[in-house]
Amino acid sequence: MLNRTAENVARATPEPLARKVRGISDKGLAWLFISPTILLLLAINIFPLFWAIYLSFTNYRANRPNEVVKNLGFANYQRILGDQDIWIAMQTTAHFVFWTILLQTLIGFTLAWLIDRKFRGHAFWTTLILVPMMLSPAVVGNFWRFLYEPQIGLFSYVISFVSGIPPTSIQMLSNVSLAPWSIIIVDTWMWTPYVMLICLAGLRSIPEYIYEAAEVDRASNWRQFWSITLPMALPFIMLAVLFRGIENFKMFDMVNLLTGGGPGSTTEVASITLKRQAFESWRTGYSSAFAIILFVAVFGLANIYVKALNKVKQR
Amino acid sequence: MKSSLKLALGLASAIAASTAVSNAAHAEDLTLCWAAWDPANALVELSKDFTKETGIGMKFEFVPWTNYADRFLNELNSHGKLCDLIIGDSQWIGGAAENGHYVKLNDFFDKEKISMDDFVPATVVGYSEWPKNTPNYWALPAMGDVVGWTYRKDWFSKPELQKEFKEKYGWDLGPPATFDQLKQIAEFFQKRQIDGKTVYGASIYTERGSEGITMGAMDVLYSYGFQYENPKKPYEMEGFVNSADSVKGLEFYKALYDCCTPPGASNSYMGEGVDAFKSGQVAMHMNFAFTWPGLQKDENVGGDKIGYFVNPKGPGGAQFAQLGGQGISVVSYSDKQESALKYIKWFANKDVQAKWWSLGGYSCLNSVVKDPKFPSSQPYAQAFLDSMAIVKDFWAEPSYAPLLQASQKRFHDYVVAGQGSAKDALDGLVKDWTQVFQDDGKM
Repeated sequence: MLNRTAENVARATPEPLARKVRGISDKGLAWLFISPTILLLLAINIFPLFWAIYLSFTNYRANRPNEVVKNLGFANYQRILGDQDIWIAMQTTAHFVFWTILLQTLIGFTLAWLIDRKFRGHAFWTTLILVPMMLSPAVVGNFWRFLYEPQIGLFSYVISFVSGIPPTSIQMLSNVSLAPWSIIIVDTWMWTPYVMLICLAGLRSIPEYIYEAAEVDRASNWRQFWSITLPMALPFIMLAVLFRGIENFKMFDMVNLLTGGGPGSTTEVASITLKRQAFESWRTGYSSAFAIILFVAVFGLANIYVKALNKVKQR
Repeated sequence: MKSSLKLALGLASAIAASTAVSNAAHAEDLTLCWAAWDPANALVELSKDFTKETGIGMKFEFVPWTNYADRFLNELNSHGKLCDLIIGDSQWIGGAAENGHYVKLNDFFDKEKISMDDFVPATVVGYSEWPKNTPNYWALPAMGDVVGWTYRKDWFSKPELQKEFKEKYGWDLGPPATFDQLKQIAEFFQKRQIDGKTVYGASIYTERGSEGITMGAMDVLYSYGFQYENPKKPYEMEGFVNSADSVKGLEFYKALYDCCTPPGASNSYMGEGVDAFKSGQVAMHMNFAFTWPGLQKDENVGGDKIGYFVNPKGPGGAQFAQLGGQGISVVSYSDKQESALKYIKWFANKDVQAKWWSLGGYSCLNSVVKDPKFPSSQPYAQAFLDSMAIVKDFWAEPSYAPLLQASQKRFHDYVVAGQGSAKDALDGLVKDWTQVFQDDGKM
């Protein structure tokens, strides 16, 4: 009886597809299915990466296809690492990344904590806060440029109203000291909601019974925040910092739209320098070397950070 | 049944024949690539005559100035077939000739008896020749252009302002003859109330991203004594680019930016300049001559309210102006070179050039610009003629792009951001340009 049932089940089970396709094993068939994706990845990700590595050792220029390509060894790398302007661009990038992450994390977490109180109308406020994040960076850059306009911009008038300084003196995009902050303000305005969302997910993942136990132990609100809320939300905050750090390290659109790297080179972040070298000066080999250096820097820093993140999660 | 079959066959043949004819016509269509600006619209109008005469249709690919170089240099570098004809910037000529992007036109000019002697000499050197000052032609001068100035004639002629100005500076308020006078006028108008509105001295080029601040600063530096290289020893720049006179010129440009431009004008080029002038913000406005026909027609600032003047003289009396403008070339990757050459032949015609000027384009043909009626044909015609007689252009080397990027950075860092001194900026420029020429194996 048991044997007959087993036979019936075996008969009813469809034959593996691989057996129908002569000469192809199950593993082979699996490879066949994923090969288009692998080929696509190789073509648009892996090959360009290796090609860029190769170009970084040459004097190749994309606007001179007929010129003989010479192997320069590490000359491009040496020149980049000894170039004062490159280091200034890296410092500008670091300044920009540090302040945007600090402000976005502080404001984003505070907003998430407030929204998590579930007050009346919290859904409406959550949606409203998320609006900047839903806009296109091109739109945001353009309308903030108008807002910052010293003669007609609303931002200048608001600051003027509060401080008493004439609006035409508030030149956010033209002033060397203010221009970096003008970008930090816009980036913070746009991306704080994103940090808030991740933090909110973290806060909502904390089980309610932990707070109930703390209440039983008569822990103060402050104590609950430091001993429960912050440690348990920390992996989420760190994840948000990682995402924003990687994004802002390669920030291009907002800087390009608001200041174009100016005034002078005061807001010229690494990605703007890279674009200028690659597509305006057409130093393809040189800019490939710079891109590889940036890639290694971001990859290395992200790796160290992910290890730290894993340690926090395991605690 | 038979008759309906015949009818169906007849219809099918007619459709097939009409499709073939239309395909043949499309196959002959030429695509002309240029910047998206007022003269391009005039060219579209003008080219309708070419289609009427030859049956060859014209399509146009116009790209805004901010993306013009990126877009079309990418197209040429990738050997693209989008453009059959291209009106490329004057500085591209070296790279386009050496990299084989343009068809050399000498044989064609000889065959069609098109003589470069018939064109304004500065435009032939600037737009057509590579190497410069040699009879190797890669383009036909198409659109003459030069940096000049417009001013608010109505403000300048206000009696109370004239009186006040004379008392303050000791000379009559009018178009400036020297850069010092220009600055005095700009200072006089800066933050002045006119018709209940605060106005400013001058709009000048300060743009960082493409070529703006270089075009503006060079427009002043030339007349102060700046030279790109030792005339006797090519590529020797020390003492020429960073001469004491050049330093004074750059200091003047910064002083003009600091004292007399509208608030926030730290990234201003052609479009922003036109906006500043049209909105009645500035008394004077530096810009390429192509903007003049549009400003002349403007209801608020055009007509009798606007005047034009040539770039003023420097302290030593030298007077130069930055060349703009472009030549028209046949793209060597085009499959329709024969038709494209027909267009060039048609465009070089005297009557077509006369119409080109009347539509708002700037002809470079001697017979048009030397016509006795030309100076009075438009209020800005004389200023254009005088300006074209004193032009100088930026490097047109194949490496013009890195050369331009270097000057953009050095000038903007000093003039707008106020970093370092004029001497530092020009010394740095010599260093950058030397590096570019060394990379090219020219030094």
